[in-house]
Formats: sequence, C-alpha cells, structure tokens
Amino acid sequence: MISFIAQRIAKAIVVLLALVVLNFFLIRLAPGDPALVMAGEAGAGDQIFLAQLREKFGLDQPLPVQLFLYVKGILSLDLGFSFRQQMPVATLILQRLPATLLLTGTAFAISLAFGILFGALAARFAGTWADTAITVLALIFYATPLFWVALMAILLFSVTMDWLPSFGYETVGANYTGLTHVLDVAAHLVLPATTIGLFFMATYARMTRASMLEVNRLDFVKTARAKGLSNSVIQRRHVLRNALLPVVTLAGLQAGTLVGGAVLTETVFAWPGIGRLMYEALLQRDYNLLLGVFVVCSAMVLAFNLITDLVYRSVDPRIEFAS
Amino acid sequence: MSVVINNLKLALPPGGDRAYAVDGVSFELTGGKILCVVGESGSGKSMCAHALMGLLPESVTAEAGEILFEGSNLVSLDPTAWFALRGRRIAMVFQEPMTALNPLMRIGDQIAEMFEAHDLLTPKARRQKALALIGEVGLPDPERIVRAYPHQLSGGQRQRAMIAMALALEPAVLVADEPTTALDVTTQAQILKLIRDLQRRRNMAVMFITHDFGVVAEIADRVVVLQHGKVVEQGTADEVLLRAQHPYTRALLAAVPTLQPPQRTPLLDRSKAVEVIGLGKTYVSGGGWFRTERRVQAAKEVNFDIFRGETLGLVGESGSGKSSVARLIMRLIEPDAGTVRIGDVDLTRIRGKALREQRRRIQMVFQDPFASLNPRRKVGNIIMDGPIAHGVDPGVARKRAGELLSLVGLNASAMERFPHEFSGGQRQRIGIARALALDPEILVADEAVSALDVSVQAQVLDLLEDLKARLGLSMLFITHDLRVAAQICDRIAVMQHGAIVELKSAALLFAAPEHAYTRELLAAVPGQTPSSKAA
Amino acid sequence: MLLRNPGGLIGVTILTIAIAVALIGPLLFPTSPWRMVQRPFLPPFTLAHLPLGTDALGRDVMAGIIYGARVSLLVGLISTVAALAVGIPLGAAAGYFGGKIDDALMRFTEFFQTVPSFALAIVLVAIMQPSIVSIVVAIAIVSWPPVARLVRGEVLSLRTREYVQAAVVTGQTNWWIIWREILPNALSPVIVLASLMVATAILLESSLSFLGLGDPNLMSWGYMVGAGRTVIRQAWWITVFPGIAILVSVLALNLIGEGLNDALNPRLAKGGR
Repeated sequence: MISFIAQRIAKAIVVLLALVVLNFFLIRLAPGDPALVMAGEAGAGDQIFLAQLREKFGLDQPLPVQLFLYVKGILSLDLGFSFRQQMPVATLILQRLPATLLLTGTAFAISLAFGILFGALAARFAGTWADTAITVLALIFYATPLFWVALMAILLFSVTMDWLPSFGYETVGANYTGLTHVLDVAAHLVLPATTIGLFFMATYARMTRASMLEVNRLDFVKTARAKGLSNSVIQRRHVLRNALLPVVTLAGLQAGTLVGGAVLTETVFAWPGIGRLMYEALLQRDYNLLLGVFVVCSAMVLAFNLITDLVYRSVDPRIEFAS
Repeated sequence: MSVVINNLKLALPPGGDRAYAVDGVSFELTGGKILCVVGESGSGKSMCAHALMGLLPESVTAEAGEILFEGSNLVSLDPTAWFALRGRRIAMVFQEPMTALNPLMRIGDQIAEMFEAHDLLTPKARRQKALALIGEVGLPDPERIVRAYPHQLSGGQRQRAMIAMALALEPAVLVADEPTTALDVTTQAQILKLIRDLQRRRNMAVMFITHDFGVVAEIADRVVVLQHGKVVEQGTADEVLLRAQHPYTRALLAAVPTLQPPQRTPLLDRSKAVEVIGLGKTYVSGGGWFRTERRVQAAKEVNFDIFRGETLGLVGESGSGKSSVARLIMRLIEPDAGTVRIGDVDLTRIRGKALREQRRRIQMVFQDPFASLNPRRKVGNIIMDGPIAHGVDPGVARKRAGELLSLVGLNASAMERFPHEFSGGQRQRIGIARALALDPEILVADEAVSALDVSVQAQVLDLLEDLKARLGLSMLFITHDLRVAAQICDRIAVMQHGAIVELKSAALLFAAPEHAYTRELLAAVPGQTPSSKAA
Repeated sequence: MLLRNPGGLIGVTILTIAIAVALIGPLLFPTSPWRMVQRPFLPPFTLAHLPLGTDALGRDVMAGIIYGARVSLLVGLISTVAALAVGIPLGAAAGYFGGKIDDALMRFTEFFQTVPSFALAIVLVAIMQPSIVSIVVAIAIVSWPPVARLVRGEVLSLRTREYVQAAVVTGQTNWWIIWREILPNALSPVIVLASLMVATAILLESSLSFLGLGDPNLMSWGYMVGAGRTVIRQAWWITVFPGIAILVSVLALNLIGEGLNDALNPRLAKGGR
C-alpha cells in the first residue's frame, strides 16, 4: 500500500508541475506586456516594481529561461508578490486557507451525511410521496445557482428573520475566546456551509437513491432474501455497503466543484477564505494573486482525490494495491 | 417430508407474450429424492423454483393452486412466516455464483449469516459451523476460504460455498436453479456428485432445474418436463428418458447429440485450407512500476491444419485458449508468435488494405445471437455491408443478400427488419448469412450454438452441415460441448491451458483417448452412467 | 418517448417557453434593457407595464430577464456544442485505438479534470478579458473532459461487441466501423450528458457574470443578481427574479436530461422494479 501512495503522490506532483507550466503560459497569453499583467492594475504604475518583476522573472530573457525561473520560484514556494495587498502571495494564501478548509470540510460532511440519509430514505420508500418529495427537492437544489441560494439564505434568515449572521467569520470587534468564540464561529458557519451543502446534498441523495435501487436488483440480494434475513438487515448490511461505492467515487469527482462553490459562497458571505481572496484578486486585476490561488486550489483538489481514492480502495476488496 | 404442488398458476403482467408463466402445474417433491425440472428457456421452470421460496418478482402473482409443505400452503403464506421458513426448511442455490455472493463480505461471514438470520448459536459457534460446512462441501484449506472474498475464489469454489450456505441449517428441501450451467464440464461433474452425495447423506428433497438432459440422466430420480408453463410429461428418470410419451419430450431427447460420432465419409482432398504453425499469445496485465505483472498464456506453440472440406473441432473448457486461437486465426487479435497460412497467403504478415482483401476468405459466426448483430441496422444492410466494402455493386449485393437469407431458411422480407424482431435461432441464421456473403473458403464457428436452446441448436447444426457440403467450405468449430463436437467434427483438437494436448479423428478420440485430460473431459460429460442413458 | 415521462414533459415545456422568450421577446420589448425607464427601486407589481419593477438605476427588470434569456441559452448551447466537438472525437479515438494514443489522451483529460473547473474558467476569462467569446471558450474548455471520458468508456465497451468484431472480420475500415457501428450505439448517454451540460454551462455563465466576469455589453441574469446584491435589503426583487429565471431554465434542462435517460435506458427508471 505504501508503494501505491507513493505512486499516486508522484503522479500528483507531475500534474501540479503541468499546472505550473500552464499558469506560466496563461500569463504570457494575456494581451500586453507580461510584466504589466503580473503587476496587476495597482502595480503597473510603479516603475520600480515593474523593473523588479522583469528582473526576477527574466522577462527580457528567452522563454525557456523564464520557464525555469518561474518553476524554480514555485518550488521554493514563492508564488509571487501582490502589489495591491503588499504581501507575498504565499503568505496571503496561508492566512486564508484554514477558513476555507473549515468551510469546505463542514459543507462536505453535512452534504455527505444528509445526502446519503435522504437518498436511502427515498430508495426505501420508492414510489411513495416521500420519495417524490425528496426527488423533487433534490432536483430543485441541484438546479439552483449557488450564489443565488446564498443570497436567498441571507434574505430569509438574516434580513427577514435575523436568526443568523450573514457576514464574515466572527462578530467583528467582540474578541470572544474559548467556547464563546467557537460558538460564534459556528453561528457564522451555518449559512455558508449549508448553502454549499444543499447542492451537494442533492447530488449525493440522487446518486444514493439510484445506486440503492440498482443494487437491490442484484443477485446477491436475492441470495440474502433466500437466507431468511429481515429486510432491514439486508438493506443495511448488503445493499448499503455496495451502494455507497459509487457515491465515494462521486464524492471524489466533486472536489473541484466544491472548491468552485467555495469561491462563490465566500464572496457572498464575506467569509475570509481563499475563495474570497480569488474574488478580491479578480476585482483588483491582480493576476499574480489570482494564479497563486488557482494553483493552491488545484493542489487541494489533488489531495482530496488521493484521499478518496484511498478510502475507496480500502472499502472495496476487489481492488488490489500491489501483490 | 414432501412438497406437493397442485395446479399452480402464476400470472404474468398483461402485455407479455403469454398470460401465465406457469399454467396449472402439478408435481411432488419427495424427501430423499432428486426431482429434475427440465425445459427450454421460457418454460417457466425458474418461476416454479422461485415460487417455492416465495421469491417471485412483484409483477408475477399466484392466481390459483397451492404449494403444500409441512402443513401450510406456501402460496398464501404471510411474510413473517416466510422469514422463518427460508433458509431453515427450504434453501436455494442459484445459477451465477459470481453475482450471487456479496462481493464485499467474506465467505465465512456470509455462511455464518445463515445462523444469524434465525438467531441461532453464538458468534463463535457460528464460525465453527461455517468451517465445518466448508470442509463438508469439499473446499480445500477451510481456514483460508473462510477469510476470503468471493472474487478470490473460482466459479466452482463459489458454487460450493453457495451450497455450504444452503445446507447450513439442514433444510428439508433444496431448490437448485441451474446451479451448474455456468460451470465448466469437469467442475459441473464434481458439483453434481457433491449434490447427490449431500442429498443422500442428509435425506433432503432436491428440486433441480436444468435444461440439460445429460444432467438429468446423471442425477435425476424423477423428471418433470415443462413446455410454455405446462407439464407435458413426468415420471421416474427411466420412464421419461427411455420411454418418453409426449412428442415434445421425444423431440427434445432426439435433439440432444449423442457421444457417439457418426460414420463420416472420408475426405479425399488432402490439400490444406488453413495451416497454423507455432501460434502463441500471452496476455499481460498489471505491470508498471509498483504492480507485479500477471501473464496468462492463452496460446502456446499451437500447431494444426484444416484440410479442405473438413470440420476441425477445437474443444476445451474456459481458459483453455480456444477462443483466443479462433481470434488469432481471424486476426482479431495479434499473435505474439507463429503464422497462419490460408492457402498460399500468410495472414499474419500482411496489413491494411491487403489484409482486408484477404479477410473475405475466412469468415466467422459468433456466439451470442443478441450481441452479434448491430441493433440499429437493418438485416439487409448487415448482410450487404461486407460485399459492398469489397467493391461489389450495391444492387448485386442486395440480390445476393436475399438469396442468402433463403439459403439459411429465412424469408427474404427479413432484409427490411431489425435484429430485435427475430429469435435467437433466427439471429444465428442471419449471422451465418452474413458470414457467407463474402463467399469464404473457411468458416470459423465460435461457440455458434452454445447460446441456443437444444432444439434450435440441432436445427442450426444441421444447417451448418448442409451449407458446408453444398458450398464446399472448410470449418473450424469451437465448442466446450463434447456432444456437439462428436456430431459434426471430422477431427477434434483438445486444448488445455493454451496448448493442444490431443488431435485425432473424432471416432478415434472418443473410442480411445490417450491424454489424461481428454479422458477426464470425456468422463465428466454428464449422462453416461449405465443406469440411465440419454438416447 | 421523452414526452411520456412527466418530468421530461415539464422540462420540454419550460424550455420551449424559454426559447420562445429568447427569440420573440426582444421583438415585443424593443427597448434595450440598459435604458433607464423609470425611477430606481420601483417595486414589482406596482405598474402594469413594469411587472417586475426596476433596479438600482431604474432599468426594467423584466426586459433584463428577457434579454438575459438570449445570452444564457446562446452561451449554454454554443459552449456545449464546442465541448462535444472536441470531446467526442478525442474520446472515440482513445477508446477505439487504445494503446499509446489512449494513454496520452487520458493523461491529457485527467489533467483537465483535476483542475477545479470553475476556478479555471475564472482564470481563463480573467486573462482573456471578459467577453462573450472568452466565456464560451472558457466554458467549453472546462466542459469537454467528461464528454471524452464518457465516449471513451462507451467505445471501449462497444469495441469488444461481437457485431463490431464482425465488421472487422468482413473487412471494414476503422473509420467506417467507428462511424457506422460504434458511434450510433454510443450516442444515447452522450445525448443525456449534452442536455445536462447545457444546464451546467448556464450555471457557469451566470456564476461568472455574478463575479463581474460577464460580457460588459450584454445584460445577463448572473450580472443582474450580482448588481442587486448590495441593495438586497431594500430591493429584493432585483436578485430574486433573475435567480428564479436561472433556476427554472437549469431545472428544465435537467428534467429533459433525466427524461431522456429514462427513455433511452428504461432499466433504470424510477420505482425500482
């Protein structure tokens, strides 16, 4: 199994490197002087900064040299400098990363737990009004744009009913500590996490329902019935475990969409994560920062994919790691 | 201990091709005896088995009749009573061992589950019993099997595990729904013996569903023959097999090929149609930096010739390499070594357009009638495509297609219809017409009749023999069924693990087999015991 | 067949209305949605000819939704067609020829799939400067990998089908086999995927516009929601109505996709029988 992990990590690194190269060419693709592009709107006026950029990235040197310098920079975890925010990109990202991890982690957990629950319920009561209700709701949430759900959530729970905060990570200026702090963050976390969660809940619910119905037709379920097992035991022990395999695969594939959803949600809720950082970079036309966040997002997705793959392999004995 | 089925009627949902899956069926299962329920596909035999377990699909309802067992009528039994009955008094073994076991649970756990379902024994005692059962069904190394997952066992082993599960609670009745159909003939022989031994030892009543009269001859005490959901004949094994009354039974029995090769006219022409020299192919899977390779030799130094006008049989079990050899000869897959000569052309050395041109000389009839015709093309087009690709004028090709359809016994109007409108046997005829459209010299039949009912099988075999004689074809006939091979092959090559172990004329092979494997194969064919013979 | 499915029927009805609105709407509402027609923040249902009210600059929300329909449907359709034009040939080649071609194409596709698609779309549009062309290109680029994957899978399984082998044996060329024997049988899941892709494209376009990356000359639903975001407390209708429009269009396409799936693949129909 170690060799398997090593192999996957090696593959992931190759993908990251390819991404970095892609980043490099993307900057060159933008119209105009690469130095101006990298400096962003804010930095383009500062001649000293531009000269520094030109020197650091060798922008008047041949392309291969530039590529080498760029990759070298990335490998030493130097993702560039944001002129507008006056900080290294890497620092900015590291500051904001935990908030995003908290948000996406929570959203993933709720969506998976409730999605599977509702999907299993819908399958269990297939054809009844409960099934129709769950399926229709899932369809609607699946079709709704994330940013709109976020806004509607704010409208409903914050503006109209004033139950939950709609802005930021914690109550500004209150300086809570300990348990009160945790609860305060949790209160701020509810709306954003549920917003993202609803979309994925719909996805997992539909997948779980379809998968369970599919597995229920398979031969070994008939064998289980022939043994005289009760229906609840059959569903729990035989059907659910087999039905969840494709859900795990799906969860892995959703990693990219999860990160994308974070960008939108963090923007609407002003959640201080790297999604919002990306939005700020967009507004400020700060391409260095934008691409830096992009690389980190991709790395997150890769890591997530690796974990899901491992989980899948440990759950399905038919897949071998190595002899 | 007996089960009495009285006038059972199982209704199918409206809109099907008939109203009843099972129409007024009556028979009896007695303790200590094996009853074989025989029929072709669609006869309703499987439905009877499911009815006995209360596992009928939702759409099928019991309209009339009763199934009496231990004082209750199983037809009207309520669900809670079924939970107590299933597995405990009546147990079932299914056809496909691969899909009948939960792929995520260990074998030992699945067997122990039988006890758990009925709240019997402690977990430790269950484990012990599971081990004992695994030993009883003849699985080697029970400790390892208990911890193994289904995909780690072979087909025969899985079926033994299923039988162990079925026997766990010592049921009075065992229902076996085609349990050996998906197995190799040697494995089948072992499983049949196992079932018979276990049945005798435990004095169970066994209901054995099958379509194979050889199996019936091998193990049945009593026989029930079903056609279109009705019982057409029943009696003791001797009565039905040797003194059949009903015309349907007689026709079925007549359609089963004997193991005696008929007298074949000796071939005068000794020129070779096909020469196969040193053919080799190894499949490699896995590999890469961190995984070990798995090498399977599908073909090992295979040498044989097919003489003009002869039918050479290639016989073997699954994994013997016979299908690979067929595909190598057709160059559907590339050989690693060796040559295939058709007449004076080396088929393995040419490529591209030259290869496509030479392909018309050797054509193939495939196994699965449902997968060998493109569902979206009309039958006429399917037959014409080949000649048109070789430059034949479409009008001429169309006329020829009509002629070919008549040749294989179908109406020329079939040209405008789609494959799904035809039965399995008819589709195989279309496949034959397609193969003949290019006027080949050699026909390769890859298990061409294996997926057909036995009565249809006989018709298609007759057709092939007839066409062969009329058109002067040479034929390579691949099959796992020795009876079929005996009927139509001039010479037979027996394959095992990718190599030909014996190659002789059919008569000699059956009369005096030399290689140990050939002897094993011949002995395993069911229905040869002197007490009961199938025709 | 599709229309027998209740979901599919609803979906087709809604989509037809949406297309009608997109095509005919501008003829009935000739005023540009950018024109200021009344006082700002006019609530909905107060004036008959302005049923959905006005936004922060006094622009007609109803007109915005009608013109926005064009943008969304156009972008959704074109980017999907582009993604299919790239994905189908690549997937078919990878599946049919296997070997090194398959390996190379699969590495390429996997790369695109590990990158978070929305983030990549943002980066692409930002770098290419927002315009309808860059949006369509960006969406097409992030959407083609699933198509290639699906087509490759289908072709792989069909390649070993006996009727395909029969075509090889009767001497057909590779391209004939792919075109006549394989692709027609591979198409049903692709059609289902295509309708779902149009839905996703609409979502992507509206999300990009919401973030300010939309074509500055085109009024789109996402842009309207984004513009109304800061005044959500005073004028809820500016964000609610365009959002409903997006929801309804995407829902319609999803329903059509599901309906097609049930129609073309009856085994998996609901009810579990």
